[in-house]
Amino acid sequence: MRERRRETHDTYTLALEPVDRSLRPAAPGQFHMLWSFGIGEVPISISGLPETDGAVLHTIRSVGTVTGALCDADAGAVVGVRGPYGTSWDLDDAAGHDVVIVAGGIGLAPLRTAVTQILAERDRFGRVALLVGARAPGEIVFTNELPRWRSAGIDVQVTVDSATPDWRGDVGVVTRLFPRVDVDGANARAFVCGPEIMIRFAAAGLEELGVAPGRIRIAMERNMKCAIGHCGHCLFGPMFVCKDGSVFPYDVMAPYLAVREL
Amino acid sequence: MPTAATPATRALLDVDGLRALLDALRAEGYTVVGPTVEDGAVLYRELERVDELPRGWTDEQEAGTYRLKRRDDDAYFGYAVGPHSWKQFLFPSRSLLWRARRDEDGGFTLEDGATESDARYAFLGVRSCELHAIAIQDKVFMDPAATDPTYASGRSGAFMVAVNCGEPGGTCFCVSMETGPKATFGYDLALTELLDGGRHAFLVEVGSEAGARVLDALPSQAASDGDVATADAVVASTAARMGRTMDTTDIRDLLMSNLEHPRWDDVAERCLSCTNCTLVCPTCFCSSIEDVTDLAGDEAERHRRWDSCFTADHSYLHGGSVRATTKARYRQWLTHKLATWIDQFDESGCVGCGRCLTWCPVGIDITEEVAAIRATSDEVGA
Amino acid sequence: MTTHDIRELLQPFGLMRNLEPAQLDLVAGCGQNTHFDARTMIFRDGEPADTFYALRSGKVALEINVPQRGPLVIDTLGPGDVLGWSWLFPPYRWHFDARAVESTSAVALDGKCLRDKCSDDPVLGYRLMRSFTQVVIDRLQATRLPLLDVYGPG
Repeated sequence: MRERRRETHDTYTLALEPVDRSLRPAAPGQFHMLWSFGIGEVPISISGLPETDGAVLHTIRSVGTVTGALCDADAGAVVGVRGPYGTSWDLDDAAGHDVVIVAGGIGLAPLRTAVTQILAERDRFGRVALLVGARAPGEIVFTNELPRWRSAGIDVQVTVDSATPDWRGDVGVVTRLFPRVDVDGANARAFVCGPEIMIRFAAAGLEELGVAPGRIRIAMERNMKCAIGHCGHCLFGPMFVCKDGSVFPYDVMAPYLAVREL
Repeated sequence: MPTAATPATRALLDVDGLRALLDALRAEGYTVVGPTVEDGAVLYRELERVDELPRGWTDEQEAGTYRLKRRDDDAYFGYAVGPHSWKQFLFPSRSLLWRARRDEDGGFTLEDGATESDARYAFLGVRSCELHAIAIQDKVFMDPAATDPTYASGRSGAFMVAVNCGEPGGTCFCVSMETGPKATFGYDLALTELLDGGRHAFLVEVGSEAGARVLDALPSQAASDGDVATADAVVASTAARMGRTMDTTDIRDLLMSNLEHPRWDDVAERCLSCTNCTLVCPTCFCSSIEDVTDLAGDEAERHRRWDSCFTADHSYLHGGSVRATTKARYRQWLTHKLATWIDQFDESGCVGCGRCLTWCPVGIDITEEVAAIRATSDEVGA
Repeated sequence: MTTHDIRELLQPFGLMRNLEPAQLDLVAGCGQNTHFDARTMIFRDGEPADTFYALRSGKVALEINVPQRGPLVIDTLGPGDVLGWSWLFPPYRWHFDARAVESTSAVALDGKCLRDKCSDDPVLGYRLMRSFTQVVIDRLQATRLPLLDVYGPG
C-alpha cells in the first residue's frame, strides 16, 4: 500500500501498487478481492483505475474484521490482490447520450471510475449529472474532488439524510434531487450504486424521468468468497453477482429486487 | 476421459470376471472406489477386494428413512444409492488451496496447495443419475473461464465403471429427470447385473477406448442378443418401479413465478435447516473459504470446505444475512436446484437420485413440494 | 403583475396540472410574485400560516430548532416545489422555520383567499385538495426513507 487517505471517520482510500507482478487491466465497475494476511478476504470495488503512477485505488468502509484490518494498515503494508472480477459500467453504450449517476453512501466509490472515465472524454457524453446521497455531511466521500468534477462539466448535487448545523447544502433523500436534473430522460443512460433500498427507489425515480429500465445499470452486492462462480455464496436469483455482475441492467434485475430475502 | 458412445462392443462377465476387473484396475495403479456396507449404509470407500461390495444387500428408502435389508439372492448391486456421492472424491470436503509465508520485507510468498490430484480414481458402480451429476459438476468446476485444477485433474484421470440399476430406490425419480436408469454416456465400461436362470453374470458395454482396453484383458464371453434383451428388461423393470415422479413441465417458470407461494412457509415449518440435503446431494457445490494463521502470524493457509446455503450466515452481508429465515433459505435451495440452475447451466441441477428425500430427518419430499406448488399455482398467482 | 402574469408563472407547477384555465385564474387571483434574499427567514415555527409559496427558483431550507444543537435542516426545497401546507387546516400555524438559503423567487399564495374560493367552488376545491395530497404523499415518502438510515454501517 503506497498510501492511505482518510475519507471519513470510517472510510479510507487505499492506493495499492504491485509488488511483483502487475495487475491485469480492469474496467470501470470491476472489483478486486483484497486479502489481509491471515485475516481474510473481501470484495472491494475499484474506485480508481491505475493511471500513470500505476496505483489502483480502493475505497473501503471499515465494517468488519477484514475491512477493519485493511483500513488500519499503514503505508508500506502488503495486501493480497486478485482479480479483477465482475462486469463493468459500459460507458461505451452511454457515449453520445446524457448520463445520470446516482450514488448512495459508499456507492460513490465504484462510480468514481465511471466519473473519471467520463471526465477523461467529456466531449463523448451529453449532459452529465451526479447525484450523491449520504447519511450526514461527515460521511460524504471524495469531498475534495466534487468541486473539481463540477467545474469540469458535471452537474454535481449532494444531499444528506440528516444535516449538521454547518451544512449549507440539500437535505432529503437523493430521489428528491431528480426533478432538478436537466437531462433528456428518453435517451439518457443511468448508473446507480448504493444500498439496495436506495437502488430501488432511485430506479423508480429514474423511470419517472423517462429513463428506460434497460438503460439503467445498477451495482449489486452479495457475500462473496471465491469471486469466480464456484462457491455459490453470491447467488441472487439466477445470477452469480461475482461473474454475471456486480453491474447489471436494471430491467433484468427488477423482478428479483422486488422479492424479499432472495 | 470417456468419449461419447463408441460403436457398442459388448461382452459378458461372470463373478470371476468382476473380480478380475477390480484387480486389473488396481494393478494399473487406480485407486478403486466403490460401494461397501459400513455403519448400516452403503458408502463409497476404497475397495481392495470384490468381496467388499455389498453382495446380497438391498436398501429400503423412503422420505426420512434408510434401512439395509438382506436380499434372497447374491446381487452385488441390488440397491440404489446411499448417502455418499462421488463428489467427495472429485470435490473433496476439505482442501488446502495455498499457503503464504511472510517475508522479511513485509511482503509474503505464496505456495500452491495440491493442484494435481494425487489419486487416479476408478469409480466402480456409478449409477446413471450419478454420471449426470458428475457432468453437472463438470460445468461448474471446469468452466473454461474458471477451472478448478484439482477437480479437472482428478476428473480427467478417472476411470468410470457404471452400473445400470436393477433395483429402483424408494425415493428415486431418475425417469422423471431423464437421467436414468440406463447409463448412456460418460462411462468407460457399463455393467448390467443379470441374475436369471441360475446364472450370475454382468453384461458389459464399452464406452471408450480405455474401457475397451481394460475389457480386452479380462476373461469374458460373448454377449448374445438374448443377454442384451435380458439386460434391457432389467432396466425397463427398474424404470417402471420408480419410487417417485416429478412433473418438470415448465418447472423453471412455475417456481420463479411462485416465490411468495404459501407452500414455502409450510415447508419452512418442517425444515430444520440441518444441511443434510446439500451434503448428500451429488450436484450441490457450495463451498466456503477459511483463512487460518499460525500463532506467530507468519504463516497463513487458505482452506476450502463444503458449505451449504442453509447455514445462517451463507448470505451474510455487513449487518445481517440476506436470507435470514429458514423459508428464504429453503426456497433458495429448491429454486436454485430446479429452476435457476437451468438459467445458469442449461439443465436441471437435480438428477432424481432421491437422496435429499431419504436423508432429510423430517422427510421433506421435493417431488411433493413441487406438486403442491403446481397444484395451487393458478390460484395463488405470480 | 396582473392575474394573467401570475397565472403564467403558476402554470408549470404540478400542483396546478388538474386545473382548467378558469380555475387557474381563480388561484392566480390569490397570488403575487415575491422574492427572498439569501439567508432571510420566510416564516417561523408558530407564526400564522397565511401564505404558501410555489418556488420558482432558488433554495429553501426547512429547519427545526433543537435545543443545544441549534437549527437543523430537515428538508430542502427547490424550483418546482411547494412550500407550506399548514394553511390548509386549522390551527393555520407553521410547524417549522423556513429560510431562503439562496436568493429565492416564488409565487406567494394567500391561504385564506384560496380557502374561501374553494368553499365557493367545490370542484376547484376538490382538484386543489387532490393536487396537494399528492404533494404531501410525496413528501411523506421522502421523509420515511431517511428514517431507514440505509447508509448506516449496518
